[in-house]
Amino acid sequence: MAEYRLEMRGVSKSFPGVKALDSVNLKVRPGTVHALMGENGAGKSTLMKCLFGIYHMDEGEVYVDGEKVDIHNPDEALRKGLAMVHQELQPVPARSIAENMYLGRYPVKKFGPLQVIDHKTMNAEAEKWLKNVKMTFDPKRQLGRLSISQMQQIEIAKAVSQEARLIILDEPTSSLTDNEVEALFKIVRDLKARGVSFVFISHKMAELRQISDDITIMRDGTYVGTWSMQKDNAAYDYIDDNGIVKAMVGRELTNVYPELDNQPGEVLMEVKNFTSIHSDSFKDCSFKLRKGEILGFGGLVGAQRTELMEAIFGMRHITSGEVILNGKKINIKRPQDAINNGIGMITEDRRGTGILGCLSIADNVSIASLNKYLEAGIKLNLKKIEQLVADNVKKLSIKTPSSKTWISSLSGGNQQKVIISRWLANNPDVLIMDEPTRGIDVGAKYEIYQIMIQLAKQGKGIIMISSEMPELIGVSNRIMVMCNGKITGEVSGEEATQENIMQYATRF
Amino acid sequence: MTSDKVKKFVTNNGIILLLAVLVIYVGITVPTFRSIKNLSNLAINAAPRVIIALGVSGCLITKGTDLSAGRAVGLAGCLAGMMLQNPEASKRLLPNFPQLPVIVVLLIVMVVCALFGLLNAIVISYLQVPAFICTLGTQLIIYGVALVITGAQPIGSYRQDYINFCQGKLFGVPYLFIYLVIAAAIFWFIYNYTRHGKYMYAIGGNEAAAEVSGVNVKKVKTIIYVTAGAMYAIAGFLLGGKSGGTSVNLGQGYELEAIAACTIGGVSVNGGIGKVSGCIIGVAVFELLKSALQFLGVNTNYQYIAQGVVIVIAIALDIRKYIVKK
Repeated sequence: MAEYRLEMRGVSKSFPGVKALDSVNLKVRPGTVHALMGENGAGKSTLMKCLFGIYHMDEGEVYVDGEKVDIHNPDEALRKGLAMVHQELQPVPARSIAENMYLGRYPVKKFGPLQVIDHKTMNAEAEKWLKNVKMTFDPKRQLGRLSISQMQQIEIAKAVSQEARLIILDEPTSSLTDNEVEALFKIVRDLKARGVSFVFISHKMAELRQISDDITIMRDGTYVGTWSMQKDNAAYDYIDDNGIVKAMVGRELTNVYPELDNQPGEVLMEVKNFTSIHSDSFKDCSFKLRKGEILGFGGLVGAQRTELMEAIFGMRHITSGEVILNGKKINIKRPQDAINNGIGMITEDRRGTGILGCLSIADNVSIASLNKYLEAGIKLNLKKIEQLVADNVKKLSIKTPSSKTWISSLSGGNQQKVIISRWLANNPDVLIMDEPTRGIDVGAKYEIYQIMIQLAKQGKGIIMISSEMPELIGVSNRIMVMCNGKITGEVSGEEATQENIMQYATRF
Repeated sequence: MTSDKVKKFVTNNGIILLLAVLVIYVGITVPTFRSIKNLSNLAINAAPRVIIALGVSGCLITKGTDLSAGRAVGLAGCLAGMMLQNPEASKRLLPNFPQLPVIVVLLIVMVVCALFGLLNAIVISYLQVPAFICTLGTQLIIYGVALVITGAQPIGSYRQDYINFCQGKLFGVPYLFIYLVIAAAIFWFIYNYTRHGKYMYAIGGNEAAAEVSGVNVKKVKTIIYVTAGAMYAIAGFLLGGKSGGTSVNLGQGYELEAIAACTIGGVSVNGGIGKVSGCIIGVAVFELLKSALQFLGVNTNYQYIAQGVVIVIAIALDIRKYIVKK
């Protein structure tokens, strides 16, 4: 038997302008659970996509059980015994469990030239495999009726039924309750005892400590090292929690930020006891935002920061919670209410909820503030709007041939500047910015930071969600850290170090 | 560079260019086609259709549709006819109905059709039913209502003032054409100079983003469908008076003609794009096509085939445009 179930050697992958992976190694021993950890954007997903042939790696070799393999698509990976359970499952909820397990490889009966799906065999096979991993679902049951965790277990059963020898679990516990996590771990341990290996991608240190044997840590697309998670494991050196945090964040701060010379003043907005209608989302979140302050929100993927902010802005439902703005309790049921009360929001998903794709820059800038340009209560003063757009295009140095150009033809950074202009035009007291510099080049990032500081100096309150640790520390006056839907800590000044934030962010 | 521009112009206006060639050909070979009388006829035929197209254009721009347009036209025509029959006519459907001024009857049918528009709006924006399915249902409801109130009887013997309202001329210009110009001017103003217009395009461009920008999406859609209903009523009212008689089959299939005309005129089925001028051009092109084929002596049955081909090509070109621009 080969020493490693899976060995990836020197994997490199570049995208235009970015080196996403730089000579990364991953060695998974047979019958072990191997944790893969790293900050958001460290390259974990890219590495897995290279393994499954979704991305074509520029350099590097992959061995499965000692045999060199060349994988071009997920289907080939499966035939080599590699399976992946995705963070966001992609099942067909309206069909049965068995149909989902055998999707694309249905057993068929032949009637002459006709091929008919053999439901009997399919259901029997599905049941057998479900039992094999100690699950007692009726394979004919509609998949959509199961919980997320049960669907996940079905995915694992599916992987096992395809004789997978290595199963990748991408953040499998991000939406599970404690009991569900326990059930998942039981299945993982059981399969592990039967020689199946796992790669377990997660941000939750405590869980990884429970389930993993080894850990590989990545940072900024590079390989940091491989350690042992258990003390009695001789394969690698043991690493403690502090060591993991250090290994994950221990990088030089290369980005440059403008001077934070704004002065936070009195309390502008207070958010009290925000709790989602979903039990696995944000709970009991309270915080205060001051005038002239940039308040950062840190945390890992799945910490529910976006969900919390979208709820404050009226895009999501809550069971409890109130917002007090300028000393007055305000009632927000939908974004329109938030905007009328002086709250603006730049969402994370620029394409999905930001840009109005086939509309001009002018329309995109003015859409949230048309009320200010009404004449006689009905006619819009297009000249004034044109002036507003021209001012913003100039002020934010948006690079565009004309204000009539479609926003979708601009680069990401310029699109983001247009969205920022939309809120500058609306002039809210509070501006929530969710990942304001995602997918934007360094130069445009710097300009956006300058705009944020400028706004803060005018006495506005800015909330910034950022998953980039240096940015969070570099541009925030104060940082709230969330984990698993709860606010777990608050840091500012000297305390605002990557290590401290990471401690709070992996609290649960 | 210039060849690129030519190519782009041809892709964007291909169907209109094609029909222009046809029209010029017919104009040269059949002199009566270019007579004032025929052109005036074309304008009169186009007017109600433009009004329907204007109504449906808002639905299309917000990524919706309205299949109930044709039946609403029919219902409006029947209702107006019933209320405006000549008091001396022998078989009146509403013998005891008071003799209301023509304009009041017009307002009544507008309100009735606007209520059906409101029904569409509630089902589409509040119950989140796809517009296609919703209006597929309501068009049946409206047709049923029209059958019930008329007893499936054809209606005729209209009052002279109703007929004058629809067939009259001002300095030789048909009233119908004047109504068209007024309706188009109002819609042009709404689409370009009001919040409602801007919000409509925003919803078509990206509904979720519009909502996040503070657009009350449900309200805007409601206004669009209610307005559309009122426009169908005007069209139905005018069509009835124009021909001096109505049956429940008035307006049948007009919704598809209107949608096709909008698309030919550049209203994108993917939402967010469309101009008033496009609606007018689309209808004009469609009417010219029909008329040109008639003048060429093409069998009516073949005319349907030609119209269908034009619709499919127009939509295919529209989708192509969208893909290129993305």
